[in-house]
Amino acid sequence: MRAGSLRRSVAAAPHLVWSVLFIIAPFLFILYYSFTDKDGSFSFSNIADLFTWDYLSIFLRSISFAVIATFICLLIAYPLAYALSRMKAHTQGVLIMLIMLPMWMNLLIRTYCWMNLLETNGLINTLLGTDITFLGTGGAVVLGMVYNFLPYMVLPICTVISKIDKSLLDAADDLGCSPVRTVVKVVLPLSLSGVISGITMVFVPSISTFYISQKMGGGSFDLIGDTIERQFMANTNYNMGAALSLILMIIVLISMAVMNRFGNEEGEIIA
Amino acid sequence: MEKIIELRGITKEFDGERVLNSVDLYIRDNEFVTLLGPSGCGKTTTLRIIGGFVTPDEGEIYFDGKKINDVPPYRRQVNTVFQKYALFPHLNVYENIAFALRLQKRPEAEISERVKKMLELVALKGFERRNATLLSGGQQQRVAIARALINNPRVLLLDEPLGALDLKLRKDMQNELKKIQKQTGIAFIYVTHDQEEALSMSDTVVVMANGVIQQIGTPTDIYNEPKNAFVADFIGESNILDGIMREDCKVYFARHLFTCVDSGFMKNEPVDVVVRPEDVDVVPTERGMLRGTVTSVTFKGVHYEIIVDIDGFKWMIQTTDFEPVGKEIGLYIEPDAIHIMKKSEFSGQFGDYSTFSDEMDELSNPVPEEE
Repeated sequence: MRAGSLRRSVAAAPHLVWSVLFIIAPFLFILYYSFTDKDGSFSFSNIADLFTWDYLSIFLRSISFAVIATFICLLIAYPLAYALSRMKAHTQGVLIMLIMLPMWMNLLIRTYCWMNLLETNGLINTLLGTDITFLGTGGAVVLGMVYNFLPYMVLPICTVISKIDKSLLDAADDLGCSPVRTVVKVVLPLSLSGVISGITMVFVPSISTFYISQKMGGGSFDLIGDTIERQFMANTNYNMGAALSLILMIIVLISMAVMNRFGNEEGEIIA
Repeated sequence: MEKIIELRGITKEFDGERVLNSVDLYIRDNEFVTLLGPSGCGKTTTLRIIGGFVTPDEGEIYFDGKKINDVPPYRRQVNTVFQKYALFPHLNVYENIAFALRLQKRPEAEISERVKKMLELVALKGFERRNATLLSGGQQQRVAIARALINNPRVLLLDEPLGALDLKLRKDMQNELKKIQKQTGIAFIYVTHDQEEALSMSDTVVVMANGVIQQIGTPTDIYNEPKNAFVADFIGESNILDGIMREDCKVYFARHLFTCVDSGFMKNEPVDVVVRPEDVDVVPTERGMLRGTVTSVTFKGVHYEIIVDIDGFKWMIQTTDFEPVGKEIGLYIEPDAIHIMKKSEFSGQFGDYSTFSDEMDELSNPVPEEE
């Protein structure tokens, strides 16, 4: 008994050290900085400052951009994932590889490529013979988010749909479902867990990104991520940056809790 | 009775392999038809063609005289009970059964009325709110049957529905299915590899092998008058011997001329002779038509199964008297215990019981086919 528990604690030790050093300690630092002022004395002023319109507008913009990007990702990813799941294993493997391929390249490089494409004298405008301003618009920021995070939506949904027993689809067909209704009545409810993890995996990086908004938005769309970065790097205001991070974390936790709640309710038997 | 479903010259290939070869079959209203055969014989494919899940390469399928080759499953008046039940895990028992009616947007009162009736029919009253996929195998089976029957189909297709149940439950469900079929008057097309199940439940048995229908008939016909060595071997136990028809009602096999009841063969035509193990009488050697040595005895409860070596051919005999291994016994065969079949592609494939063991029997009882 004791030897067993000793072995177990030895096995857990590296993880414990890691967690304390790189998860708990940084989190305590964030808490510390959030609730202290520049002199290190306890203060609510950082948090209170966040509830001014300057910051609230940034939060609202971040949330709405993330929601829009997540929604567009879902609209694109669901039919794509459904189509993938219906393909032969080999074709499916190749296509999933192609979807993942851009993820193996650096996010910065991918975003720079998009800037090149979208510039006023970039490839798209040249091909179209136009000089439309893409960069610096909200649309470009959302496009950047959708492009970069789409695979995170496709993969979990595709995995879940592929696992649905094919005889359930036959059964729906047999009982009177046209192909479209089979998707609505059976595939959709049974793939909800994939949709929920997809939404979480796209929403979280979207709401906290700073690079995409800076490059694609041309600096005119400050998001939470940008503001945090500026507080730490440019203003060296660690207290404000930490307070922003804390609130961002709370927003993410709340949205995840809501999503999970939603998922549980829908996943349960309709009684 | 009227033909409700008719298959004409149905042929189907999967990946270049012919799984159905020119199948002709019809099913009448009210009939309990069983498609029986080993795994890979094409019985499930036949069922899926009737259900609409598989399109035949050649041939026509008619429903009430109308060709329905291109009608998708959801527009056919046919419902299916799937092999592994295929209950919807996101719906409870009530909603699973109500599924088809909800699609038709029936009024709530009617749905509730009809679901209630179905739950009574399958003896699952009080299970409405239960999670369908957490029920026992037998209960899930009942839900699947209720779900398929609620739409009042003209034909119910059942794909090895009892395969996953244990023996006792299977027997109960056999009786219940038969009862439900009588009660509803719906034609049942039932796929199984279990010959006992086929014999005890069906009005008509269709024996299939290698994608071809070998014989269609009532259970008694199929058992007593098998058309070829495959049917004789697959349905029940049988000793299949090479014989020669000397003249009408005279057949020579096992170095003995027997009197039989079959006629209509050519003089000296080589034939396959079937003798069922339960139709052979064990007698003292001096009264026996054949003489042999007991090589093994197995107690089976109702009877002993003994293997008797006669000139190197191992006969299986079922007898209520114990005969010890090594004893010499005589065998007596009545004329009507002998059944004569024409030679077929299966002749010689099913010989004696020299390699017989219960284990082998298990092996040759195929697992449900996956397609």
